[in-house]
Amino acid sequence: MVITAATEPKRAHVAAPVVDVLSDDPTQRPPLMTGENDFTSITDDVCGIAEREATPRAWYIAFAASVTGMTVMFAMLGYLIFNGVGVWGNNQPVAWGWPIVNFVFWVGIGHAGTLISAILFLFRQGWRTSINRFAEAMTIFAVCCAGIFPAVHIGRVWMAYYLFPIPNQMEMWPNFRSPLLWDVFAVSAYALTSLMFWYMGMIPDLATLRDRAKGKVRQIAYGIASMGWTGSARQWHRYEKAYLLLAGLATPLVLSVHSVVSFDFAVSQVPGWHTTIFPPYFVAGAIFSGFAMVVTLMIPARQFFGLKHLVTMKHLEIMCKIILATGMMVGYAYAIEFFIAWYGGNPYERFAFINRAMGPYAWAYWTMATCNVLVPQLFWFKKLRTNLWVMMGVCILVNVGMWFERFVITVISLSRDFLPSSWDYFKPTAVDVLTFAGSFGLFFTLFLLFCRYLPMVAMAEVKTVLPQAHAGHGLHAEEPAR
Amino acid sequence: MTRHLHIGYFDDERRLLGAARECRDRGIPVVDAISPFPVHGIDEALGIRPSRLPWVTLVGGTAGAVLGLLLQYWTAGVNWPLNVGGKPLDSFPAFVPVAFELTILFAGLSTAGALLLRSRIWPGRGVRRGFETTTDGTHALVLEERDASFESREFRELFLRHGATRSVERAEVIA
Repeated sequence: MVITAATEPKRAHVAAPVVDVLSDDPTQRPPLMTGENDFTSITDDVCGIAEREATPRAWYIAFAASVTGMTVMFAMLGYLIFNGVGVWGNNQPVAWGWPIVNFVFWVGIGHAGTLISAILFLFRQGWRTSINRFAEAMTIFAVCCAGIFPAVHIGRVWMAYYLFPIPNQMEMWPNFRSPLLWDVFAVSAYALTSLMFWYMGMIPDLATLRDRAKGKVRQIAYGIASMGWTGSARQWHRYEKAYLLLAGLATPLVLSVHSVVSFDFAVSQVPGWHTTIFPPYFVAGAIFSGFAMVVTLMIPARQFFGLKHLVTMKHLEIMCKIILATGMMVGYAYAIEFFIAWYGGNPYERFAFINRAMGPYAWAYWTMATCNVLVPQLFWFKKLRTNLWVMMGVCILVNVGMWFERFVITVISLSRDFLPSSWDYFKPTAVDVLTFAGSFGLFFTLFLLFCRYLPMVAMAEVKTVLPQAHAGHGLHAEEPAR
Repeated sequence: MTRHLHIGYFDDERRLLGAARECRDRGIPVVDAISPFPVHGIDEALGIRPSRLPWVTLVGGTAGAVLGLLLQYWTAGVNWPLNVGGKPLDSFPAFVPVAFELTILFAGLSTAGALLLRSRIWPGRGVRRGFETTTDGTHALVLEERDASFESREFRELFLRHGATRSVERAEVIA
């Protein structure tokens, strides 16, 4: 029975005075979001995307293209399974070839998502709330793409379970002293933990979608997915604690994953691989490429789905700065590798590096160096790092460069074996190219489904960084200390 | 048995906190506060004790580390002793990465599992539609009327004094 019913004050959605979110004035912190936002407008803006009755035509076009790509990839994988790995360009001495390059590339992409969701959470970076859901989704989808390559690369894919220590009648166990097995555990743990962290973060927002759902299908689907979340104070209390704990766990995890990936190379004796700089160098490169991918996806998504007031130019600018910083770490690693190759006095190591820059693959090396070291330097200029076209161009080139980095490391070192008679020049086949291109189809298919049906922005988290919610902190002062 | 609930709806978390604190100070039983986002200070106002979740994480992580090391030592050194490059069978440095990943994985899974169990949420669990859900911008404070010392009118006044947009009274049958 309703006793009192005061009319709820409806805040008009009016355009706020233009604020310069890009202001560098240190005395005042620009707002994290632009426009006049309140709790309801955030809910409406984010849920509105998932609730749209008619799916936009552009989404269908993009989805059709992505599904086509994905189909091509699975067709190529099927072809490979029927014919054997010989359909790839992999052969002695380059037995790793594109599949491993693609694996490292995709795993690296995922790292930015965890950095944004976990590390920036621990650092209390309020701006992350607008982009963390999006970046975490990207992580999950990138890890899906990554996992396919080594699984197929083992040759007999139906024996992939041998990678796990499953008791069997032969009483054989995997070799736990091999970095390749460490990688199985690292990537599996990473995939599971990221998925858990992403999903957990989404439960309150799924509950919002459930409460607003109109159709029966939506009510049931979001109802199941939101797990009966009510938003009671006890739930929130435990949830926040769990979120903090998972962020604390995901932080060393993400740093370990690409370190372990680098062990695949660094623990071997191959010149050009056997270096101690690999773990930090790989992690920096992973974050570098991941942020480039976030920006590449974010620019069209925020335009297309009308999220420009939540994901402002400031967010993009900060990400560009991170790209610049990590790009220079990567550049530093390139330089130090050369220095140590000379200073270490190992003739094989020295040859490997001279061969990288001046050998038959010099074109790949210089593509890498240009895209990863020179191109991001444009972000020193504010005009350029706040220009969407420049950002987009630089970020695509960074991803090209980071793919080439893995190509340079994997293929060049292997192509020049210790025995010159085994030397060869690696050439990919059409199956190699189509499988890799198709993996983007899988990535974008998953991504478009996410954008269409799930909350793209962490609404509950964004609400806590609204100025209206900050008011609550002031009350702590009135409360006598206990 | 029925219990009488009084629910006040607030647009602003400060008002919710104010009302919750007054209830705490006056000893009015608060059933729950329901918010679309975590409200700082509400734990204290409602007297929610600190979560013991970190202990679950600790136990899960420790179990992961111990099991990870044992698994590797037993499989590679005891059950099928494998000589890899002449290294000793108890080559623990080589077992660190997998043990580390399992530590994180077990800690993470046990934390998430404990969260689901303790918060009583799991896939497919419905929401008891006792009162309207507040997952948008409104907060709700649910109070229980236990004895006659505090009348319905007083609940209403308490809510309104703290700026509630409306208040609702509901009799709820609990089994």
